[in-house]
Amino acid sequence: MGMTMTQKILAAHAGLESVKAGQLIQAKLDIVMGNDITTAVAIPEFKKTGATEVFDKEKVVIVLDHFTPNKDIKAAQQCKCSREFAWEKDIKHFYDVGEMGIEHALLPEKGIVAPGEVIIGADSHTCTYGALGAFSTGVGSTDMAIGMATGEAWFKVPSAIKFVLTGKPAKWISGKDIILHIIGKIGVDGALYKSMEFVGDGISHLSMDDRFAMANMAIEAGAKNGIFPVDDKTIAYENDHTTKKYKIFEADEDAEYDEVITIDLSTLRPTISFPHLPDNTKTIDEAESLKVVLDQAVIGSCTNGRLEDMKIAADILRGKKVHKRVRTIVIPATQQIYLDCIKLGYAEDIIKAGAIFSTPTCGPCLGGHMGILAEGERAISTTNRNFVGRMGHTESEVYLASPAVAAASALVGYIADPEKITGGMN
Amino acid sequence: MEAKGRVFKYGDNVDTDVIIPARYLNVSSGEELAKYCMIDIDADFVNKAKKGDIIVATKNFGCGSSREHAPLAIKCAGISCVIASTFARIFYRNAINIGLPILECEEAANDIKADDEVSVDFTTGVITNVTTGKTYKSEPFPEFMQKIMAEGGLVKYTSSKIG
Repeated sequence: MGMTMTQKILAAHAGLESVKAGQLIQAKLDIVMGNDITTAVAIPEFKKTGATEVFDKEKVVIVLDHFTPNKDIKAAQQCKCSREFAWEKDIKHFYDVGEMGIEHALLPEKGIVAPGEVIIGADSHTCTYGALGAFSTGVGSTDMAIGMATGEAWFKVPSAIKFVLTGKPAKWISGKDIILHIIGKIGVDGALYKSMEFVGDGISHLSMDDRFAMANMAIEAGAKNGIFPVDDKTIAYENDHTTKKYKIFEADEDAEYDEVITIDLSTLRPTISFPHLPDNTKTIDEAESLKVVLDQAVIGSCTNGRLEDMKIAADILRGKKVHKRVRTIVIPATQQIYLDCIKLGYAEDIIKAGAIFSTPTCGPCLGGHMGILAEGERAISTTNRNFVGRMGHTESEVYLASPAVAAASALVGYIADPEKITGGMN
Repeated sequence: MEAKGRVFKYGDNVDTDVIIPARYLNVSSGEELAKYCMIDIDADFVNKAKKGDIIVATKNFGCGSSREHAPLAIKCAGISCVIASTFARIFYRNAINIGLPILECEEAANDIKADDEVSVDFTTGVITNVTTGKTYKSEPFPEFMQKIMAEGGLVKYTSSKIG
Protein backbone atom coordinates (compact mmCIF):
# COMPACT_ATOMS: atom_id res chain seq x y z
CA MET A 1 0.00 0.00 0.00
CA GLY A 2 1.27 3.47 -0.86
CA MET A 3 2.00 6.32 1.52
CA THR A 4 0.68 9.86 1.77
CA MET A 5 3.12 12.76 1.38
CA THR A 6 3.24 13.18 5.17
CA GLN A 7 3.86 9.47 5.72
CA LYS A 8 6.75 9.46 3.24
CA ILE A 9 8.46 12.39 4.97
CA LEU A 10 7.99 10.74 8.38
CA ALA A 11 9.29 7.36 7.14
CA ALA A 12 12.42 8.99 5.73
CA HIS A 13 13.10 10.77 9.04
CA ALA A 14 12.53 7.58 11.06
CA GLY A 15 14.95 5.61 8.88
CA LEU A 16 12.16 3.31 7.74
CA GLU A 17 11.25 2.01 4.29
CA SER A 18 7.58 2.59 4.94
CA VAL A 19 5.15 3.53 7.70
CA LYS A 20 1.40 3.20 8.07
CA ALA A 21 -1.28 5.18 9.86
CA GLY A 22 -1.34 4.53 13.59
CA GLN A 23 2.28 3.35 13.79
CA LEU A 24 4.42 4.89 16.56
CA ILE A 25 7.77 6.12 15.29
CA GLN A 26 10.81 8.03 16.54
CA ALA A 27 11.84 10.67 13.98
CA LYS A 28 14.86 12.92 13.55
CA LEU A 29 14.04 16.63 13.66
CA ASP A 30 15.33 19.25 11.23
CA ILE A 31 14.10 22.21 13.31
CA VAL A 32 12.86 22.65 16.91
CA MET A 33 11.20 26.02 17.54
CA GLY A 34 9.72 27.93 20.46
CA ASN A 35 8.40 31.42 21.28
CA ASP A 36 8.64 33.62 24.38
CA ILE A 37 5.66 31.97 26.10
CA THR A 38 6.47 28.33 25.40
CA THR A 39 10.26 28.49 25.60
CA ALA A 40 9.98 29.84 29.15
CA VAL A 41 8.26 26.57 30.13
CA ALA A 42 10.62 24.41 28.05
CA ILE A 43 13.87 25.72 29.57
CA PRO A 44 13.40 24.21 33.09
CA GLU A 45 12.27 20.94 31.51
CA PHE A 46 15.35 20.95 29.25
CA LYS A 47 17.55 21.39 32.32
CA LYS A 48 15.80 18.52 34.12
CA THR A 49 16.73 16.13 31.28
CA GLY A 50 20.37 16.60 32.33
CA ALA A 51 21.35 17.95 28.90
CA THR A 52 23.89 20.75 28.98
CA GLU A 53 23.87 21.70 25.29
CA VAL A 54 21.19 21.70 22.61
CA PHE A 55 21.48 18.88 20.04
CA ASP A 56 22.39 21.31 17.24
CA LYS A 57 22.87 25.07 17.64
CA GLU A 58 21.73 25.67 14.06
CA LYS A 59 18.53 23.64 14.36
CA VAL A 60 16.98 25.24 17.43
CA VAL A 61 14.99 28.44 16.78
CA ILE A 62 13.74 30.84 19.46
CA VAL A 63 11.56 33.79 18.45
CA LEU A 64 10.31 36.33 21.00
CA ASP A 65 7.09 37.39 19.30
CA HIS A 66 4.01 36.96 21.51
CA PHE A 67 4.30 39.50 24.30
CA THR A 68 7.04 41.58 22.67
CA PRO A 69 8.04 44.36 22.74
CA ASN A 70 7.57 43.36 26.39
CA LYS A 71 4.03 44.22 27.40
CA ASP A 72 4.57 44.14 31.18
CA ILE A 73 7.12 43.26 33.82
CA LYS A 74 6.20 39.57 33.99
CA ALA A 75 6.47 39.26 30.18
CA ALA A 76 9.82 41.04 30.35
CA GLN A 77 11.06 38.53 32.93
CA GLN A 78 9.84 35.69 30.75
CA CYS A 79 11.63 37.03 27.66
CA LYS A 80 14.77 37.59 29.70
CA CYS A 81 14.91 33.91 30.59
CA SER A 82 14.63 32.86 26.90
CA ARG A 83 17.19 35.48 25.90
CA GLU A 84 19.74 34.31 28.48
CA PHE A 85 19.20 30.68 27.50
CA ALA A 86 19.69 31.51 23.80
CA TRP A 87 22.92 33.39 24.51
CA GLU A 88 24.25 30.73 26.86
CA LYS A 89 23.52 27.90 24.43
CA ASP A 90 24.78 29.95 21.47
CA ILE A 91 21.54 29.45 19.51
CA LYS A 92 22.15 30.63 15.94
CA HIS A 93 18.52 31.38 15.11
CA PHE A 94 17.53 33.55 18.06
CA TYR A 95 15.32 36.50 17.12
CA ASP A 96 14.71 39.33 19.56
CA VAL A 97 13.19 42.80 19.13
CA GLY A 98 14.81 44.43 16.09
CA GLU A 99 15.18 41.17 14.20
CA MET A 100 12.15 39.24 15.29
CA GLY A 101 8.93 38.79 13.38
CA ILE A 102 5.93 36.56 13.91
CA GLU A 103 7.56 33.13 13.96
CA HIS A 104 5.56 31.45 11.18
CA ALA A 105 6.18 34.30 8.76
CA LEU A 106 9.80 34.69 9.86
CA LEU A 107 11.07 31.10 9.51
CA PRO A 108 10.13 30.65 5.83
CA GLU A 109 11.30 34.20 5.02
CA LYS A 110 14.73 33.50 6.56
CA GLY A 111 14.96 30.16 4.75
CA ILE A 112 15.20 28.27 8.06
CA VAL A 113 12.56 25.74 7.02
CA ALA A 114 12.50 23.87 3.71
CA PRO A 115 10.50 21.25 1.80
CA GLY A 116 10.67 17.64 2.98
CA GLU A 117 11.78 18.52 6.51
CA VAL A 118 10.34 17.42 9.86
CA ILE A 119 9.77 20.44 12.10
CA ILE A 120 8.26 20.74 15.56
CA GLY A 121 7.41 24.02 17.20
CA ALA A 122 6.01 24.85 20.59
CA ASP A 123 3.25 26.87 18.97
CA SER A 124 0.12 25.37 17.50
CA HIS A 125 0.44 27.24 14.19
CA THR A 126 3.74 25.54 13.41
CA CYS A 127 1.71 23.61 10.81
CA THR A 128 2.21 26.72 8.56
CA TYR A 129 5.38 25.29 6.96
CA GLY A 130 3.32 22.56 5.32
CA ALA A 131 2.84 25.21 2.61
CA LEU A 132 6.45 24.49 1.63
CA GLY A 133 5.90 20.73 1.48
CA ALA A 134 7.41 20.04 4.91
CA PHE A 135 5.92 18.02 7.76
CA SER A 136 5.56 20.51 10.57
CA THR A 137 3.41 20.35 13.64
CA GLY A 138 2.73 22.13 16.90
CA VAL A 139 3.77 20.54 20.19
CA GLY A 140 4.00 21.59 23.83
CA SER A 141 6.97 22.82 25.81
CA THR A 142 8.00 19.37 27.09
CA ASP A 143 8.28 18.06 23.54
CA MET A 144 10.27 21.17 22.66
CA ALA A 145 12.60 20.51 25.62
CA ILE A 146 13.16 16.86 24.69
CA GLY A 147 13.55 17.89 21.02
CA MET A 148 16.20 20.49 21.94
CA ALA A 149 18.05 17.90 24.03
CA THR A 150 17.88 14.92 21.64
CA GLY A 151 16.93 16.18 18.15
CA GLU A 152 14.19 13.58 18.06
CA ALA A 153 10.49 13.23 18.79
CA TRP A 154 7.97 10.39 18.75
CA PHE A 155 4.95 10.58 16.49
CA LYS A 156 1.89 8.53 15.81
CA VAL A 157 1.78 8.33 12.00
CA PRO A 158 -1.39 10.16 10.92
CA SER A 159 -3.96 9.08 8.36
CA ALA A 160 -5.06 11.79 5.95
CA ILE A 161 -7.93 13.61 4.31
CA LYS A 162 -7.23 14.55 0.70
CA PHE A 163 -8.59 17.92 -0.43
CA VAL A 164 -8.73 18.15 -4.22
CA LEU A 165 -8.82 21.84 -5.12
CA THR A 166 -10.06 22.57 -8.63
CA GLY A 167 -10.87 25.72 -10.61
CA LYS A 168 -9.68 29.30 -10.32
CA PRO A 169 -10.75 31.41 -7.34
CA ALA A 170 -12.50 34.73 -8.05
CA LYS A 171 -10.72 38.05 -7.46
CA TRP A 172 -11.43 38.54 -3.77
CA ILE A 173 -10.98 34.91 -2.77
CA SER A 174 -7.74 34.36 -0.87
CA GLY A 175 -6.22 31.34 0.86
CA LYS A 176 -7.95 32.56 4.03
CA ASP A 177 -11.41 32.28 2.46
CA ILE A 178 -10.60 28.78 1.20
CA ILE A 179 -9.41 27.48 4.57
CA LEU A 180 -12.31 29.11 6.44
CA HIS A 181 -14.69 27.48 3.94
CA ILE A 182 -13.02 24.09 4.53
CA ILE A 183 -13.14 24.44 8.34
CA GLY A 184 -16.80 25.45 8.08
CA LYS A 185 -17.44 22.32 6.04
CA ILE A 186 -15.60 19.74 8.20
CA GLY A 187 -15.74 21.37 11.64
CA VAL A 188 -13.14 22.31 14.26
CA ASP A 189 -12.42 18.62 14.86
CA GLY A 190 -13.06 17.49 11.28
CA ALA A 191 -9.44 16.49 10.75
CA LEU A 192 -8.61 15.55 14.36
CA TYR A 193 -5.23 13.72 14.60
CA LYS A 194 -5.04 13.65 10.75
CA SER A 195 -3.08 15.26 7.91
CA MET A 196 -4.85 17.60 5.54
CA GLU A 197 -3.21 17.01 2.16
CA PHE A 198 -4.06 19.63 -0.46
CA VAL A 199 -3.79 18.59 -4.12
CA GLY A 200 -5.35 19.48 -7.48
CA ASP A 201 -4.90 21.92 -10.33
CA GLY A 202 -6.54 24.72 -8.32
CA ILE A 203 -3.33 25.00 -6.30
CA SER A 204 -1.50 26.52 -9.27
CA HIS A 205 -3.68 29.64 -8.79
CA LEU A 206 -2.65 30.03 -5.16
CA SER A 207 0.32 32.21 -4.20
CA MET A 208 2.73 31.07 -1.49
CA ASP A 209 1.10 33.57 0.88
CA ASP A 210 -2.29 31.95 0.18
CA ARG A 211 -0.81 28.53 0.92
CA PHE A 212 0.85 29.71 4.15
CA ALA A 213 -2.51 31.05 5.36
CA MET A 214 -4.20 27.73 4.55
CA ALA A 215 -1.59 25.41 6.10
CA ASN A 216 -1.49 27.77 9.11
CA MET A 217 -5.13 27.08 9.95
CA ALA A 218 -5.04 23.27 9.55
CA ILE A 219 -4.88 23.17 13.37
CA GLU A 220 -8.26 24.94 13.51
CA ALA A 221 -9.76 21.79 11.98
CA GLY A 222 -7.90 19.73 14.62
CA ALA A 223 -5.32 18.47 12.10
CA LYS A 224 -1.83 17.33 12.96
CA ASN A 225 -0.53 19.03 9.83
CA GLY A 226 -1.58 20.55 6.54
CA ILE A 227 0.62 20.01 3.51
CA PHE A 228 0.94 21.17 -0.11
CA PRO A 229 2.83 19.50 -2.95
CA VAL A 230 6.05 21.21 -4.01
CA ASP A 231 5.53 22.94 -7.39
CA ASP A 232 7.21 25.64 -9.47
CA LYS A 233 5.95 28.38 -7.14
CA THR A 234 7.43 26.60 -4.10
CA ILE A 235 10.76 26.13 -5.86
CA ALA A 236 10.83 29.76 -7.00
CA TYR A 237 10.08 30.84 -3.40
CA GLU A 238 12.84 28.66 -2.02
CA ASN A 239 15.32 29.88 -4.65
CA ASP A 240 14.75 33.36 -3.22
CA HIS A 241 14.79 32.38 0.45
CA THR A 242 16.86 29.35 1.38
CA THR A 243 20.33 28.00 0.79
CA LYS A 244 19.41 24.68 2.39
CA LYS A 245 19.48 21.52 0.30
CA TYR A 246 16.08 19.89 0.37
CA LYS A 247 14.30 16.81 -0.86
CA ILE A 248 10.93 16.87 -2.59
CA PHE A 249 8.45 14.21 -1.51
CA GLU A 250 5.28 13.24 -3.35
CA ALA A 251 2.35 11.12 -2.21
CA ASP A 252 2.21 7.66 -3.79
CA GLU A 253 -0.51 7.24 -6.39
CA ASP A 254 -2.01 4.38 -4.40
CA ALA A 255 -1.83 6.21 -1.05
CA GLU A 256 -4.84 5.54 1.15
CA TYR A 257 -6.99 8.42 2.43
CA ASP A 258 -9.76 8.39 5.04
CA GLU A 259 -11.75 10.71 2.83
CA VAL A 260 -11.44 12.70 -0.40
CA ILE A 261 -13.13 16.11 -0.52
CA THR A 262 -13.27 18.07 -3.78
CA ILE A 263 -13.65 21.83 -3.68
CA ASP A 264 -14.25 23.96 -6.78
CA LEU A 265 -12.46 27.19 -5.88
CA SER A 266 -14.35 29.12 -8.56
CA THR A 267 -17.59 28.74 -6.59
CA LEU A 268 -16.30 30.15 -3.28
CA ARG A 269 -17.42 33.45 -1.79
CA PRO A 270 -15.49 35.53 0.76
CA THR A 271 -16.00 33.64 4.01
CA ILE A 272 -16.22 34.86 7.61
CA SER A 273 -16.12 32.85 10.86
CA PHE A 274 -18.64 34.21 13.34
CA PRO A 275 -18.14 33.94 17.10
CA HIS A 276 -17.06 31.78 18.84
CA LEU A 277 -15.58 28.98 16.72
CA PRO A 278 -13.68 29.03 13.42
CA ASP A 279 -16.18 26.54 11.94
CA ASN A 280 -19.12 28.92 12.46
CA THR A 281 -18.76 30.28 8.93
CA LYS A 282 -20.99 32.44 6.77
CA THR A 283 -20.48 33.80 3.27
CA ILE A 284 -20.01 37.53 2.84
CA ASP A 285 -23.54 37.71 1.44
CA GLU A 286 -25.05 36.28 4.63
CA ALA A 287 -22.71 38.33 6.83
CA GLU A 288 -23.46 41.60 5.03
CA SER A 289 -27.21 41.16 5.39
CA LEU A 290 -26.73 40.96 9.20
CA LYS A 291 -25.07 44.41 9.37
CA VAL A 292 -22.52 43.45 11.99
CA VAL A 293 -21.33 46.77 13.44
CA LEU A 294 -17.62 46.83 14.32
CA ASP A 295 -15.39 48.56 16.87
CA GLN A 296 -12.02 47.27 15.70
CA ALA A 297 -10.30 45.76 12.67
CA VAL A 298 -7.03 43.82 12.92
CA ILE A 299 -4.96 42.97 9.86
CA GLY A 300 -1.90 40.88 10.65
CA SER A 301 -0.84 37.67 12.50
CA CYS A 302 0.90 34.45 11.46
CA THR A 303 -2.10 33.77 9.23
CA ASN A 304 -2.35 37.07 7.33
CA GLY A 305 0.53 39.42 8.12
CA ARG A 306 2.51 38.79 4.93
CA LEU A 307 3.33 41.25 2.13
CA GLU A 308 0.43 40.21 -0.08
CA ASP A 309 -1.95 40.79 2.85
CA MET A 310 -0.46 44.24 3.44
CA LYS A 311 -0.81 45.05 -0.28
CA ILE A 312 -4.50 44.13 -0.27
CA ALA A 313 -5.07 46.27 2.83
CA ALA A 314 -3.18 49.21 1.31
CA ASP A 315 -4.97 48.88 -2.04
CA ILE A 316 -8.37 49.01 -0.36
CA LEU A 317 -7.51 51.75 2.16
CA ARG A 318 -5.55 53.99 -0.24
CA GLY A 319 -7.04 57.46 -0.51
CA LYS A 320 -9.87 56.67 1.89
CA LYS A 321 -10.51 56.96 5.63
CA VAL A 322 -11.44 54.16 7.98
CA HIS A 323 -14.78 54.57 9.78
CA LYS A 324 -14.42 56.80 12.84
CA ARG A 325 -15.71 54.11 15.16
CA VAL A 326 -13.37 51.38 13.89
CA ARG A 327 -9.92 51.28 15.48
CA THR A 328 -7.88 49.79 12.66
CA ILE A 329 -4.66 48.02 13.57
CA VAL A 330 -2.34 46.79 10.82
CA ILE A 331 0.63 44.67 11.84
CA PRO A 332 3.15 43.44 9.25
CA ALA A 333 4.50 40.08 10.41
CA THR A 334 8.25 40.66 10.03
CA GLN A 335 10.80 43.46 9.87
CA GLN A 336 11.36 42.70 6.17
CA ILE A 337 7.64 42.95 5.40
CA TYR A 338 7.51 46.18 7.43
CA LEU A 339 10.40 47.61 5.40
CA ASP A 340 8.86 46.48 2.12
CA CYS A 341 5.61 48.19 3.12
CA ILE A 342 7.51 51.43 3.66
CA LYS A 343 9.40 51.15 0.35
CA LEU A 344 6.26 50.29 -1.61
CA GLY A 345 4.22 53.08 -0.02
CA TYR A 346 1.76 50.73 1.72
CA ALA A 347 2.69 52.05 5.16
CA GLU A 348 1.82 55.59 4.09
CA ASP A 349 -1.47 54.49 2.51
CA ILE A 350 -2.45 52.66 5.67
CA ILE A 351 -1.48 55.45 8.07
CA LYS A 352 -3.11 58.17 5.97
CA ALA A 353 -6.32 56.13 6.01
CA GLY A 354 -6.40 56.53 9.79
CA ALA A 355 -5.12 53.07 10.74
CA ILE A 356 -2.10 52.34 12.93
CA PHE A 357 0.88 50.51 11.48
CA SER A 358 2.72 48.57 14.16
CA THR A 359 6.00 46.79 14.69
CA PRO A 360 5.65 42.97 14.35
CA THR A 361 3.96 41.18 17.25
CA CYS A 362 1.36 38.45 17.84
CA GLY A 363 -0.18 40.95 20.30
CA PRO A 364 -3.93 41.28 19.71
CA CYS A 365 -4.50 37.85 18.11
CA LEU A 366 -4.31 36.11 21.46
CA GLY A 367 -5.52 39.02 23.55
CA GLY A 368 -1.97 39.71 24.68
CA HIS A 369 -1.64 43.44 23.99
CA MET A 370 -1.91 46.02 21.18
CA GLY A 371 -5.68 45.97 20.79
CA ILE A 372 -7.64 44.27 23.57
CA LEU A 373 -11.44 44.37 23.32
CA ALA A 374 -13.80 45.68 26.01
CA GLU A 375 -17.10 44.10 27.02
CA GLY A 376 -19.56 44.01 24.13
CA GLU A 377 -17.04 45.11 21.49
CA ARG A 378 -16.68 43.45 18.11
CA ALA A 379 -13.61 43.05 15.93
CA ILE A 380 -13.12 41.83 12.41
CA SER A 381 -9.75 40.18 12.32
CA THR A 382 -7.48 38.36 9.89
CA THR A 383 -6.21 36.21 12.77
CA ASN A 384 -7.00 32.53 13.31
CA ARG A 385 -9.14 32.05 16.42
CA ASN A 386 -12.38 33.56 17.66
CA PHE A 387 -12.86 31.62 20.89
CA VAL A 388 -14.61 33.22 23.88
CA GLY A 389 -12.31 35.91 25.27
CA ARG A 390 -9.62 35.33 22.65
CA MET A 391 -9.02 39.06 22.00
CA GLY A 392 -10.10 40.40 25.37
CA HIS A 393 -13.29 40.49 27.44
CA THR A 394 -15.33 37.25 27.50
CA GLU A 395 -18.30 39.29 26.26
CA SER A 396 -16.39 40.59 23.21
CA GLU A 397 -16.62 39.06 19.74
CA VAL A 398 -14.10 38.23 17.00
CA TYR A 399 -15.07 37.68 13.36
CA LEU A 400 -12.36 35.96 11.30
CA ALA A 401 -11.92 37.10 7.71
CA SER A 402 -9.49 37.79 4.88
CA PRO A 403 -7.46 41.03 4.69
CA ALA A 404 -9.74 42.26 1.87
CA VAL A 405 -12.91 41.80 3.93
CA ALA A 406 -11.27 43.28 7.05
CA ALA A 407 -10.02 46.37 5.19
CA ALA A 408 -13.33 46.94 3.36
CA SER A 409 -15.23 46.52 6.64
CA ALA A 410 -12.93 48.99 8.41
CA LEU A 411 -13.93 51.64 5.88
CA VAL A 412 -17.68 51.31 6.37
CA GLY A 413 -17.90 50.18 10.01
CA TYR A 414 -19.72 46.88 9.43
CA ILE A 415 -18.80 43.56 7.79
CA ALA A 416 -18.78 44.37 4.10
CA ASP A 417 -18.03 42.86 0.70
CA PRO A 418 -14.77 44.26 -0.75
CA GLU A 419 -16.26 44.01 -4.25
CA LYS A 420 -18.99 46.52 -3.36
CA ILE A 421 -16.80 48.82 -1.29
CA THR A 422 -14.10 49.15 -3.91
CA GLY A 423 -16.45 49.33 -6.87
CA GLY A 424 -14.65 46.36 -8.38
CA MET A 425 -11.20 48.01 -8.55
CA ASN A 426 -8.28 46.04 -9.93
CA MET B 1 -3.10 3.94 39.55
CA GLU B 2 -6.55 5.27 40.38
CA ALA B 3 -8.45 8.54 40.59
CA LYS B 4 -11.63 9.41 42.43
CA GLY B 5 -13.53 12.65 42.77
CA ARG B 6 -16.47 14.88 42.06
CA VAL B 7 -17.20 15.88 38.48
CA PHE B 8 -17.02 19.25 36.73
CA LYS B 9 -18.92 18.81 33.47
CA TYR B 10 -18.38 20.79 30.26
CA GLY B 11 -19.50 20.49 26.61
CA ASP B 12 -17.80 20.35 23.21
CA ASN B 13 -14.67 22.23 22.11
CA VAL B 14 -13.43 23.51 25.48
CA ASP B 15 -10.48 25.50 24.13
CA THR B 16 -7.14 26.34 25.72
CA ASP B 17 -8.05 30.04 25.78
CA VAL B 18 -10.87 29.40 28.25
CA ILE B 19 -8.81 26.84 30.21
CA ILE B 20 -6.08 29.43 30.75
CA PRO B 21 -6.48 32.77 28.90
CA ALA B 22 -3.37 34.28 27.30
CA ARG B 23 -3.53 37.27 29.65
CA TYR B 24 -2.21 34.93 32.38
CA LEU B 25 0.57 33.41 30.27
CA ASN B 26 3.18 35.91 31.39
CA VAL B 27 4.09 33.45 34.15
CA SER B 28 4.88 29.76 33.82
CA SER B 29 4.54 28.34 37.35
CA GLY B 30 1.80 25.72 37.58
CA GLU B 31 0.64 26.96 41.00
CA GLU B 32 0.25 30.51 39.70
CA LEU B 33 -1.57 29.34 36.52
CA ALA B 34 -3.92 27.15 38.58
CA LYS B 35 -5.37 30.28 40.23
CA TYR B 36 -6.98 31.18 36.88
CA CYS B 37 -7.82 27.69 35.63
CA MET B 38 -11.10 27.57 33.59
CA ILE B 39 -11.76 31.23 34.50
CA ASP B 40 -13.33 32.18 31.15
CA ILE B 41 -15.74 29.23 31.06
CA ASP B 42 -16.42 28.67 34.77
CA ALA B 43 -15.36 31.53 37.03
CA ASP B 44 -16.24 29.50 40.15
CA PHE B 45 -14.09 26.51 39.21
CA VAL B 46 -11.03 27.44 41.26
CA ASN B 47 -13.11 28.11 44.37
CA LYS B 48 -14.99 24.84 44.08
CA ALA B 49 -12.34 22.40 42.81
CA LYS B 50 -10.96 20.05 45.43
CA LYS B 51 -7.96 17.78 45.17
CA GLY B 52 -8.90 14.66 43.26
CA ASP B 53 -11.87 16.14 41.38
CA ILE B 54 -12.46 15.08 37.78
CA ILE B 55 -13.28 17.05 34.63
CA VAL B 56 -15.66 15.42 32.14
CA ALA B 57 -16.33 17.01 28.75
CA THR B 58 -17.55 15.92 25.35
CA LYS B 59 -15.66 16.27 22.06
CA ASN B 60 -12.40 18.04 21.15
CA PHE B 61 -11.37 19.02 24.70
CA GLY B 62 -8.33 21.32 24.74
CA CYS B 63 -8.56 22.58 21.16
CA GLY B 64 -6.60 25.64 20.14
CA SER B 65 -3.16 26.67 21.23
CA SER B 66 -0.20 24.44 22.09
CA ARG B 67 0.19 26.05 25.51
CA GLU B 68 1.30 23.37 27.98
CA HIS B 69 0.09 25.86 30.57
CA ALA B 70 -3.44 24.46 29.97
CA PRO B 71 -2.95 20.86 31.23
CA LEU B 72 -0.51 22.24 33.80
CA ALA B 73 -3.13 24.62 35.23
CA ILE B 74 -5.66 21.77 35.41
CA LYS B 75 -3.19 19.43 37.10
CA CYS B 76 -2.06 22.06 39.61
CA ALA B 77 -5.70 22.93 40.39
CA GLY B 78 -5.86 19.42 41.85
CA ILE B 79 -7.76 17.66 39.06
CA SER B 80 -6.93 13.95 39.06
CA CYS B 81 -8.24 13.04 35.60
CA VAL B 82 -9.94 14.48 32.51
CA ILE B 83 -12.42 12.25 30.69
CA ALA B 84 -13.65 13.37 27.25
CA SER B 85 -15.21 11.92 24.10
CA THR B 86 -12.13 13.15 22.21
CA PHE B 87 -9.17 15.41 22.94
CA ALA B 88 -7.50 17.91 20.63
CA ARG B 89 -4.21 16.46 19.46
CA ILE B 90 -1.69 18.80 21.09
CA PHE B 91 -3.54 18.88 24.41
CA TYR B 92 -3.59 15.07 24.44
CA ARG B 93 0.16 14.89 23.95
CA ASN B 94 0.87 17.68 26.44
CA ALA B 95 -1.33 16.09 29.13
CA ILE B 96 0.61 12.83 28.94
CA ASN B 97 3.92 14.66 28.81
CA ILE B 98 3.24 16.62 32.01
CA GLY B 99 1.57 13.71 33.81
CA LEU B 100 -2.10 14.74 33.79
CA PRO B 101 -4.12 11.52 33.43
CA ILE B 102 -6.67 11.63 30.59
CA LEU B 103 -9.09 9.09 29.13
CA GLU B 104 -11.22 9.03 25.99
CA CYS B 105 -14.65 7.46 26.49
CA GLU B 106 -17.62 8.80 24.57
CA GLU B 107 -20.31 6.96 26.51
CA ALA B 108 -18.98 8.08 29.89
CA ALA B 109 -18.48 11.62 28.59
CA ASN B 110 -22.10 11.81 27.44
CA ASP B 111 -23.63 10.09 30.52
CA ILE B 112 -21.76 11.52 33.47
CA LYS B 113 -23.26 14.66 34.98
CA ALA B 114 -21.89 17.55 37.01
CA ASP B 115 -21.35 16.70 40.70
CA ASP B 116 -21.45 12.91 40.11
CA GLU B 117 -18.84 10.98 42.08
CA VAL B 118 -16.60 9.10 39.63
CA SER B 119 -13.69 6.71 40.04
CA VAL B 120 -11.19 5.64 37.39
CA ASP B 121 -8.88 2.63 37.26
CA PHE B 122 -6.10 3.49 34.82
CA THR B 123 -4.78 -0.08 34.63
CA THR B 124 -8.04 -1.50 33.32
CA GLY B 125 -9.53 1.66 31.80
CA VAL B 126 -12.73 1.11 33.81
CA ILE B 127 -14.62 4.29 34.74
CA THR B 128 -17.24 3.94 37.51
CA ASN B 129 -19.96 6.46 38.18
CA VAL B 130 -20.25 5.89 41.94
CA THR B 131 -23.38 8.07 42.07
CA THR B 132 -25.36 6.00 39.55
CA GLY B 133 -23.47 2.71 39.85
CA LYS B 134 -22.88 2.55 36.10
CA THR B 135 -19.49 1.48 34.72
CA TYR B 136 -17.81 2.28 31.41
CA LYS B 137 -14.84 0.70 29.68
CA SER B 138 -12.26 2.91 28.02
CA GLU B 139 -9.09 1.84 26.26
CA PRO B 140 -6.34 1.78 28.92
CA PHE B 141 -3.04 3.42 28.02
CA PRO B 142 -0.11 1.12 27.28
CA GLU B 143 2.06 0.47 30.33
CA PHE B 144 4.82 2.92 29.41
CA MET B 145 2.31 5.77 29.07
CA GLN B 146 0.75 4.86 32.42
CA LYS B 147 4.24 5.04 33.90
CA ILE B 148 4.86 8.46 32.34
CA MET B 149 1.65 9.73 33.97
CA ALA B 150 2.41 8.02 37.29
CA GLU B 151 5.94 9.48 37.38
CA GLY B 152 4.47 12.94 36.82
CA GLY B 153 5.48 13.46 33.19
CA LEU B 154 7.86 12.59 30.37
CA VAL B 155 10.87 14.46 31.72
CA LYS B 156 10.69 12.83 35.17
CA TYR B 157 10.02 9.45 33.54
CA THR B 158 13.02 9.88 31.22
CA SER B 159 15.37 10.96 34.00
CA SER B 160 14.18 8.17 36.33
CA LYS B 161 14.87 5.67 33.55
CA ILE B 162 18.36 7.08 33.01
CA GLY B 163 19.05 7.45 36.75
